[in-house]
Amino acid sequence: MKVYLLADFGSTYTKLTAVDLELSHILATTQCPTTVKTDIAEGLNHATAEIENQIGKFEIEALHACSSAAGGLRMVVSGLVEELTAEAARVAALGAGARVIRVFSNKMTKGDVRELETIQPDLFLLTGGTDGGDEQCILANAATVAKLNLTCPILIAGNCQATDECFEILSAAGKESRICPNVLPKLGTLNIQPVQEEIRALFLKRIIQAKGLSRVTRLLDDIMMPTPVAVLKALTLLAHGTDKECGIGPLMAVDLGGATCDVYSISAGSPKESNTVMRGLPEPEAKRTVEGDIGMRINAYGVVEAAGGLERLTAMSGVSMQETTDLLSQFSKNPSVLPETAAMEQLDKALASLALEVSTIRHAGTISEAYTPAGLMYIQEGKDLRDIRQLLFIGGTLIRTRYPQAIAECCRYSPARPESLRPEQFDLYLDKRYILSAMGVLSEIHPNEALRLMKKEICFE
Amino acid sequence: MDQKKKIVLGVIGADVHAVGLQILDFSFTEAGFEVINLGVMVSQEEFINAAIETNADAIVISSLYGHGELDCKGMREKCIEAGIGEILLYVGGNIVVGKQLFSDVEKRFLDMKFDRVFPPGTDPTEGIRWLRQDLHMDEEA
Ligand code: B12
Repeated sequence: MKVYLLADFGSTYTKLTAVDLELSHILATTQCPTTVKTDIAEGLNHATAEIENQIGKFEIEALHACSSAAGGLRMVVSGLVEELTAEAARVAALGAGARVIRVFSNKMTKGDVRELETIQPDLFLLTGGTDGGDEQCILANAATVAKLNLTCPILIAGNCQATDECFEILSAAGKESRICPNVLPKLGTLNIQPVQEEIRALFLKRIIQAKGLSRVTRLLDDIMMPTPVAVLKALTLLAHGTDKECGIGPLMAVDLGGATCDVYSISAGSPKESNTVMRGLPEPEAKRTVEGDIGMRINAYGVVEAAGGLERLTAMSGVSMQETTDLLSQFSKNPSVLPETAAMEQLDKALASLALEVSTIRHAGTISEAYTPAGLMYIQEGKDLRDIRQLLFIGGTLIRTRYPQAIAECCRYSPARPESLRPEQFDLYLDKRYILSAMGVLSEIHPNEALRLMKKEICFE
Repeated sequence: MDQKKKIVLGVIGADVHAVGLQILDFSFTEAGFEVINLGVMVSQEEFINAAIETNADAIVISSLYGHGELDCKGMREKCIEAGIGEILLYVGGNIVVGKQLFSDVEKRFLDMKFDRVFPPGTDPTEGIRWLRQDLHMDEEA
């Protein structure tokens, strides 16, 4: 039997998926603790042995991987106007699978500088000005960054007329930097793909070495990408399909972990009515957002705060205030605690519901009414996701819970919040065996097979 | 280098009159300007943000529905606040309600530190002529 192995090196678990491509069949999946501190290959070997236990000896046809080990790729981005280039830079970094720690707009201040030196990101993205537009801001920030005690590489993706000079300034100061096409070449034209490819290349080069993955790279064939990129690729493929096979159409997906909540949407999200005017930066069709304050454990308090306080949580869970307070403090201190009692389960259900409500509201576009002399007009910002007909739960709590359907209700368009353009009605699908990131990696070489496997495994087609 | 001069163009406020705007876009582009057309229902902040990011030479505002004065109030102050206090501000269209004496209207807008104010039905070429002059484009050649 010839087997494709797809590994996902997470910060806590190394997940492994074994695929028989000829039969278009998932043979087995497993997860073992990630061994970043010693040798990351150890975890991989354990997982491989575990798969052998399940399906017997096999010959490895190929081994490909994605990774978010050790916190993934930590990025800081800068731009000129907060809603324009700074936002374009943020969107680009998120879509490339990075964790965006901080966004600076305008010329950086002394305070910004101190913050940046403390953060010490894995990568800094410098933008500002449309092509032919403002040069002062990006040049000033390049000069500021050049003087800093900063070891990470710097990507320059701003006004093309200033990038050469930025490069010279940074290189003269011994900073590793690279020039990319502008993330916002014209107002209203987002061009984030080139930067995202560069981010991925740098991810490979630096993060793999720095974070102990280099020792396994000799075991791996050439494909390697950040896990969120793999997920985004898989979801895009699942939505669009290939030349040979159709996809399932526009979709939204949510991954809720202990510390963060990722939301993905694959949908153009354009205005539905002619009396709707678009505002703000255009958004990518395949969009990812990450909520850094929303999570089931470390950020349990973040959920409570963002969703309207303890009263709302207890009203939803039916767990007493006293017990809720105790459990929350336990949750926030211990990332690995699993729900054991009925109260814990109810609290988890309510926490997850509120976490998804907050995260999907932040992800989806909004619509507001404008009363003009010609009557009612609408102003839309971001994507209108009301037409989306499928929702995927793709990890952690959302897969383990006994109440996925009830939790999913909190992702739905609600008349109580008519401004938030979330899906109106949808079917819920669960990625029970965590195959999505693996399928994203596989799709690089075998898109048709990856699509078929996803439809079979997740959509039961 | 023959960098094109840049204008940020749009219809301000809750105004949806889109036809004249297309003609303005066409005329200014034809006259050699780079036009950043923000469309209709554009807020002051959007005009200003666009001008900052593109390093525009002028903001050209069209207003047809009669509420132009209210919509334009405080525009210059916001530009100053945003660091582009010197940018040229033009406005035209049917900027106030009904038939008011244009010289009065003009004065009110000049007091609001707009650089040029145009009466109803002004031909775009008139705006272009003034802009070339204000940007000293003919002297350079
Ligand atoms: C078509 C139209 C509409 C359409 C607009 C459709 C659309 N999406 O474009 C609809 C039906 C939606 C509409 C609605 C309204 N309209 Co209307 N509309 C008109 C109409 C008939 C034509 C406008 C037009 O397209 N003209 C053709 C273009 C080419 O000319 P223009 O717009 O004047 O622009 C040129 C010049 O003015 C100049 N220009 C314009 N801006 C600038 C700026 C600078 C710097 C320069 C140099 C030059 C310049 O260059 C342009 C190109 O040549 C005019 C009456 C008229 N005949 O002008 C009324 C008119 C503009 N509307 C008017 C009004 C009152 C309204 C409403 C408030 C209510 C109503 N009566 O229906 C609403 C407001 C809606 C809103 N929220 O904006 C009034 C405005 C009165 C005033 N300012 O005192 C007008 C003048 C009719 C009137 N005499 O009462 N309208």
